[in-house]
Amino acid sequence: METFDPAELPELLKLYYRRLFPYAQYYRWLNYGGVVKNYFQHREFSFTLKDDIYIRYQSFNNQSDLEKEMQKMNPYKIDIGAVYSHRPNQHNTVKLGAFQAQEKELVFDIDMTDYDDVRRCCSSADICSKCWTLMTMAIHIIDRALKEDFGFKHRLWVYSGRRGVHCWVCDESVRKLSSAVRSGIVEYLSLVKGGQDVKKKVHLSEKIHPFVRKSINIIERDFERYALVDQDILGNKESWDKILALVPETMHDKLQQNFQKDHNSLQRWEHLKKAISKYQSNNKNDKCGPWLEWEIMLQYCFPRLDVNVSKGINHLLKSPFSVHPKTGRISVPIDLQKVDQFDPFTVPTISSICHELDAITTNEDEKENGAESDIKRRTRDYKKTSLAPFVKVFEQFLENLDKSRKGELLKKSDLQKDF
Amino acid sequence: MEFSGVKRRKPRLVDNQKNACYPHSLQFYLQPPSENISLIEFENLAIDRVKLLKSVENLGVSHVKGTEQYQSKLEAELRKLKFSYRENLEDEYEPRRRDHISHFILRLAYCQSEDLRRWFIQQEMDLLRFRFSILPKDKVQSFLKDSHLQFEAISDGEKTLREQDLIASSPSLSAPSPTQLDLESVYKIPFADALDLFRGRKVYLENGFAYVPLRDIVAIILNDFRTKLSKALALTARSLPAVQSDERLQPLLNHLSHSYTGQDYSTQGNAGKISLDQIDSLSTKSFPPCMRQLHKALRENHHLRHGGRMQYGLFLKGIGLTLEQALQFWKQEFVRGKMDPDKFDKGYSYNIRHSFGKEGKRTDYTPYSCMKIILTNPPGQGDYHGCPFRHSDPELLRQKLESYRVSPAGMDQILDLVKGTHYQVACQKYFEMTHNVDDCGFSLSHPNQFFFESQRILSGGKDLKKESSQPDTPQAKQGVQKTKDASSALASLNSSLEVDVEELEELLQ
Repeated sequence: METFDPAELPELLKLYYRRLFPYAQYYRWLNYGGVVKNYFQHREFSFTLKDDIYIRYQSFNNQSDLEKEMQKMNPYKIDIGAVYSHRPNQHNTVKLGAFQAQEKELVFDIDMTDYDDVRRCCSSADICSKCWTLMTMAIHIIDRALKEDFGFKHRLWVYSGRRGVHCWVCDESVRKLSSAVRSGIVEYLSLVKGGQDVKKKVHLSEKIHPFVRKSINIIERDFERYALVDQDILGNKESWDKILALVPETMHDKLQQNFQKDHNSLQRWEHLKKAISKYQSNNKNDKCGPWLEWEIMLQYCFPRLDVNVSKGINHLLKSPFSVHPKTGRISVPIDLQKVDQFDPFTVPTISSICHELDAITTNEDEKENGAESDIKRRTRDYKKTSLAPFVKVFEQFLENLDKSRKGELLKKSDLQKDF
Repeated sequence: MEFSGVKRRKPRLVDNQKNACYPHSLQFYLQPPSENISLIEFENLAIDRVKLLKSVENLGVSHVKGTEQYQSKLEAELRKLKFSYRENLEDEYEPRRRDHISHFILRLAYCQSEDLRRWFIQQEMDLLRFRFSILPKDKVQSFLKDSHLQFEAISDGEKTLREQDLIASSPSLSAPSPTQLDLESVYKIPFADALDLFRGRKVYLENGFAYVPLRDIVAIILNDFRTKLSKALALTARSLPAVQSDERLQPLLNHLSHSYTGQDYSTQGNAGKISLDQIDSLSTKSFPPCMRQLHKALRENHHLRHGGRMQYGLFLKGIGLTLEQALQFWKQEFVRGKMDPDKFDKGYSYNIRHSFGKEGKRTDYTPYSCMKIILTNPPGQGDYHGCPFRHSDPELLRQKLESYRVSPAGMDQILDLVKGTHYQVACQKYFEMTHNVDDCGFSLSHPNQFFFESQRILSGGKDLKKESSQPDTPQAKQGVQKTKDASSALASLNSSLEVDVEELEELLQ
C-alpha cells in the first residue's frame, strides 16, 4: 500500500473529490427519499479546510451543488450536523431564536483512548490488532441492543479513520428523538462508570438485566483470546495488581502466592475464578456483590460511550467517506455481517486509492477512445479501486432504507385508500 | 366557564348523563368544566380543595406515602371534604364534579409563580397516585383506555414467554415469584414513553417496546400527568390577565394561595379568661416558638418593633386578652424600658386600640396564620417576629430549641423537616416533644391553634368544647342566596378573609 504523506493531501483530495467520492449514494442517503421537503437543504455540514480553517453552517441545494462546493473548497474534514428549521447557510437572516436544530440521526462514537486504563499494548491514538478486538466487541454489544432491545432497523457503522468507530442510527422515528431520550439510551447502554480516580468501575446489582446478561455472553466469546492471551491482563505483577484492586482485600494474599507460581494469565484467571466463588459462598451480603467475575470482565471489555456525542441534536460528527487528515484512511462503512474480520489496517488510504485510480486510468486510456462521458466514467471510477466493497456496504444500507420507506408509504396510502 | 352572582338553576341531569360525564373516580383534568356556577360555589370549591391539598401535603410528611395509615387518613379527608376517591360508591356524580371544577379553579390561583406551581403539582400528583392505587384491577384498563393512553396489557401467553426476562428486569417484581407475575398486568408501551424506567435499566425492552408491570405504569402516568399539568399551568398563567380583569375574581384569586382556611380565632368565647400574670408561664408551656420568642424579647428589651407588636399583639388577643388587658400589658412593659407613659399613650395605645377594631374603620383584625407569618414580612435586624423554623438560621434554631429542652432525637427530626421546608410540621413535632405526645392530632396552621391545643392537653381536654369544631366555610351559614351584585357577594364573605386580602395587599405593595 502506498504510504500516506499528509503534505500531499491538497492534491490527493482534489482527485478524491473529483473522481472518487460517492456523491450519488451520499445524496441518496441524506435526502431520505425526498419525502420531507427541504430535508437535505436544511442539513448542516461543516468543513475543515487547510490550515485548520473551520467553517460551520454549510448547506446545499442538491447533489450537484454539494459536489461543486466540495470540489471548490477541498475540505480536509467533513462533519455532518442536524437538520435545521431553516437553511443553515442563511441562519444569520433568521429572527433570533427561530433557527433551531430539529432532527438528526442518533449517533455513537466509540474511541479507543477511553480504554487506556485497561489496554496494555497501546495508548492514546495508537491502535493495534491486539486491542482492536475491543471495537469488535463494542460493535456486537451495542448493535445487538440497538436492534433487539430498541428495535432500530437502520444502523450504519463506520470506521472513524484512526482509533474508533461511529454508529449512525437513521430510522425516521429515531431522527426525531429528543435530547432527553438520547441521553436515556446512552445511559441504558452504559456500565463502566468513573474516571481516573475510581478503581472499580463496574458494579452489578443482584438482579442482572437481560441487556447485561446478553452483553456478557458476547464478551465471553472473545475473553480468553483477547484478555488472557493478547492483552495478557494477568501477565505480570503490575498488571495483576490492577485486577486485585477490584476484589476484596482478604483474597489478596492467597492470590499473590498462587499468581507467583502460575505461568500465564490463563492459569491465574482460573485461580482467580476459584477464589472468587469460594469467597462469595462464604460472604453473602458483603460489600462485594455476587457477580465479581463478570464485573472484572466488563471493566476490561465493555464499550465506553461518550454521552455528549449522542445526546445533542446539533452535535457534529465526522462524515462517512471523509478522509482522516493524520492517517489518510477513508472513513468507510463496516459490513455488519463481517465485523469480526474487519481489519482497520487494510482500510484504503486516500493515497492508495488515488494511486490505484491513476494506474487504471492510464490502462483504460490506452484501450478506449475516450467516447464515454465524464460522469459515466466517474461513476465507475471508485468501483475500480479498493473503495468499491465499502461503497457496496453503503448501498446495501441505502437499499434497506428505501425498502422501509416504500413500506411506510404503502401503509399510509392504504390507510388513505389512495391507489 | 361563566360566573354569575345568581345561583342559576341547572338543568337536572338524568343519572345516565351524569355518569357519562364522569365515568371514573379520578381523572387527568384534560378538559375544563363548562357549566355555570355561582360565585359562592366558586369560592367554596376553591377553599375546599386548598384544604384537601394541604392535608395531602401534611399527611405526606408525617407518614410514609402508601402505608396503611397514610392511605386511610387521606381517604377520610377526601370523604370529609366530599371529593371523589373511590369507584362503586353511591352518588358519585357530585363529588366527581366538585373535584373537576375545584381543580381548574385552583389552576388560576396556583399558576402565578414557580413556587406555587411546584407545590400545586406536587400535591395533585400525590392525590392522583393515591386514587390510582385504590383503583380495582378491572377498572384500571378501562380508565387508561378512557384517558387515551396507549397502554396495552399483554396476554398471559406473552407474559409466560418472557417471564424470566420480565422478572430479571423489573425491580418491582421480586424473584422467584412467578405467581406474582401471573397476578399482575404487564403493559407494552413504546420505549420512549418509559424514559425514567429504561434509562436505569429498570424495565425489559424488546424491539422498541418496554414491558412495564402495573406498579411501574403508575410512575409513567404520574410523569405524564406532571408534564401535562406543568404545560397547562404555563398556559393558564399567560391567559391570567384576562381572568384577573374580572373584578369579582381578582381578590379571591390573589389571596387564595395564601389564604388560611380554618378557624380565624378572632372571636373567642374565652375573652377575659387569661390574666396578665399567667402570660409568663403560659409562654413557656403553651406558646408556639414564634410567640415564645417574641414574648421573651419583649420582656428582655421592654420593646418590640412594629412587626413583632402586630404578630404578638394579635396572638394575645386571640388567646383571650381584652383591650384593657392588652393596653395594660404593653404599657407596663414599655414603661419598664424607660419609655415615657405619655409617649406610650400617644404613640402606641392608638395602634393597640386600632387592632382591636376600636379605631378608624373598626375592623377587628385577626391573628396571623402560619402561612401569613411564614410568607410575608420576613424579619430583619432587630426584629423578633416571623417563624423561627423558617427564618432562623439552623444553628441558632438548634440552640433555641435546646434551651427549650427539646431532646436530641426530636431535634434531628425537627431540623430535617426544616431542611425539607416543612415548617409547620416541624412546629407540630416541637409540640409533640414538649407535650409528650406521639401524635399531636391536628394539622398545625395557626399559632392560636397551637395554644388552644396545648391548653386542651394540659387541662385534660375537658373544656373549650365550642371552639373545638372548625366552622364550615363562611358561606355555609348563609341562607338561600338572594340576588346580589358581585361586590356585595364578596363583602358577604367572612370579614376575616376580606381583612386578610387588604393586609396582604398592603404588605405586598
